[in-house]
Amino acid sequence: MKHTTFRMALLTTALVASGAQAQDVTLTIESWRNDDLALWQDKIIPAFEASHPGIKVQFTPTAPTEYDAALGAKLAANSAGDLITCRPFDKSLELYKAGQLTDLSDLEAMSNFSDVAKAAWQTDDGSATFCVPMASVIHGFIYNKDAFAELGLEVPTTEDEFFALLDKIKEDGTYIPMAMGTNDQWEAATMGYNNIGPTYWKGEEGRIALIKGEQKLTDPQWVEPYATLHKWAPYLGDSYEAQTYPDSQNLFTLGRAAIYPAGSWEISGFNAQADFEMGAFKPPVRTAGDTCYISDHTDVGIGMNAASANPEAARAFLSWVASPEFADIFGNALPGFFPLSNAPVELTDPLAKEFVSWRGECERTIRSTYQILSRGTPNLENETWGASVAAIKGTMTPEEIGAKLQAGLDSWYTPQN
Amino acid sequence: MSRPRIRWHIFVFLAPAVAIYTAVMIVPIVNTLRLALYTRVDQDRVFAGLDNFRTLFFDPLWAGHFWNALGNNFWFFLIHMLVQNPIGIALAAILSHPRLRFAALYRSAIFVPTILSFVIVGFAWKLILSPIWGIAPSMLDAVGLKSLFAPWLGREEYALTTLALISVWQFVGIPMMLIYAALLSIPDEILEAGEVDGITGMAAFWKIKLPLILPSIGIISILTFVGNFNAFDLIYASQGALAGPDFATDILGTFMYRTFFGFQLQLGDPHMGSAIASAMFAIILVGVCLYLYAIQSRMRRYQL
Repeated sequence: MKHTTFRMALLTTALVASGAQAQDVTLTIESWRNDDLALWQDKIIPAFEASHPGIKVQFTPTAPTEYDAALGAKLAANSAGDLITCRPFDKSLELYKAGQLTDLSDLEAMSNFSDVAKAAWQTDDGSATFCVPMASVIHGFIYNKDAFAELGLEVPTTEDEFFALLDKIKEDGTYIPMAMGTNDQWEAATMGYNNIGPTYWKGEEGRIALIKGEQKLTDPQWVEPYATLHKWAPYLGDSYEAQTYPDSQNLFTLGRAAIYPAGSWEISGFNAQADFEMGAFKPPVRTAGDTCYISDHTDVGIGMNAASANPEAARAFLSWVASPEFADIFGNALPGFFPLSNAPVELTDPLAKEFVSWRGECERTIRSTYQILSRGTPNLENETWGASVAAIKGTMTPEEIGAKLQAGLDSWYTPQN
Repeated sequence: MSRPRIRWHIFVFLAPAVAIYTAVMIVPIVNTLRLALYTRVDQDRVFAGLDNFRTLFFDPLWAGHFWNALGNNFWFFLIHMLVQNPIGIALAAILSHPRLRFAALYRSAIFVPTILSFVIVGFAWKLILSPIWGIAPSMLDAVGLKSLFAPWLGREEYALTTLALISVWQFVGIPMMLIYAALLSIPDEILEAGEVDGITGMAAFWKIKLPLILPSIGIISILTFVGNFNAFDLIYASQGALAGPDFATDILGTFMYRTFFGFQLQLGDPHMGSAIASAMFAIILVGVCLYLYAIQSRMRRYQL
């Protein structure tokens, strides 16, 4: 019953919102990024309107947790905006399959993006792309430069160096070696498993082989990262089992922890909170000289409502989003959310610069569980959260975890070649 | 012979309540039960009979979660019955003592958590018990018992019990108030008559008061049962929809929420979600009926 009243409320707000479309060409953008409202209104939209006279743009975000439900209701009621911010993978694919997003494969500017960047908004066979990739987040480790200088530490490049470094910090005792907890579960998978894992399964090569069924989660390259994660446990500080995500953030920004397994989205928050200098290092490779792999995860895209009354204007806007000009504005206004276009972008934030520089040195991939493999029940991504926590705590052996995840996947997924 | 007159005013007076109750309770419940019999194939809704329930109870992937949640629910209920209700009765007995000073103050203080939002309670206790910022570790440290502290909410073996005790803390005011009211309604004459017969102090409580408040205890038990099997908010507020660690605090409410609305990458499945909701409804219905027929109807009542 709660559900129906909620829907009613959504419908009424949707009706009110649609009343605003009056001028000849006004484009409305649906988004969950309400944090970015000021950025859109002050920087992005004026820049677009200056170069495209006759088109007005409105950015109308919803709260992130309500976005999917609200958007669904608006699309069903035919009152959604012209442009729709796309979640990666299945949520947007569902919309495309239901005929609510337009196929944008023929958009010229699409050639500005690599295949990895587009993969999040394509049909499984890659024949249609329905959203323009906007931003990605990169995984790595952020560290306290002052603490490293104080203890005379060097940034590690190999796994052995990484653990030797953690040992040193632990021995010294001034700092908690690494700030991460397992209470909220997702950090263990996102900042743990999918951060260090691509080095083991060789990025895209392993990820695609897993989807094709050529590799299994019981294979060593998928199991070993769990064994490595287990080695993290002694360095995570006391009672990490009940440490939440905000706890970890605060421990690091208050200067009590030396290293923070991170996603680049932390950058702007950390810049505001921490009063020490920060640096970043990429996930360590296993032996010196190995190719490095980073998780450069596609997170935000933008597509066109198939029922839009102004398709031409909407396409013009999307082409502009795909342009280097947009990438430049967006990348600098939101350090930590990196534009995905192939055109090089000059970033000013030093920490963000460090993250994005890895794109030139390493192979890029996205989180292993996001494409196709989390479509059924049990959901591989959610299972991976629990599995990574179990690995750190040592409640299951890596082999048991691999077997359990593969069994869950096998129960609903038949690989298609 | 005159036909019995139709007494229209009965229907008129019943209508508003029936209409509202039907609209907000009966229709959604029936609709949920109906939704549980369907499934989605591609974009269409297809009638599936009892398949969803078969999956829920027998498919190892679903059944594991379901029985885990049900077991946790029973544990949650057991803690409430063993801790909350006895403490509630004891508090009421103490409060109703005629010579207790500041009784009104204690009564209000104990009842206040009940009117707090679950979200506030969840976050407040999470902070209190936090190993990093919480006051629990430092308080234990102050009395030299730091070794007793553990990250309770983060350990599989303690998390559910900890949450159940937090819930007890929040709701102990309700049994206390109900029993307190029942105790106050016992006429002094009866107690005085007992005293004349030599029954005083604790004996008066066990032999006179307790039998007289048994019906209230019965009502409290059933309220606790229904409340616990519908619980969701506290777990969701403090542990999130995945009810960590490793589903150790997963109860039917969180399991239903996750399934119905989806979570993170998991897409919502209203049909399986409704199946779980129907199972919850059935469990509560059976529990309430058992209680009403087996216990409430046989309980001895005393005319005061």
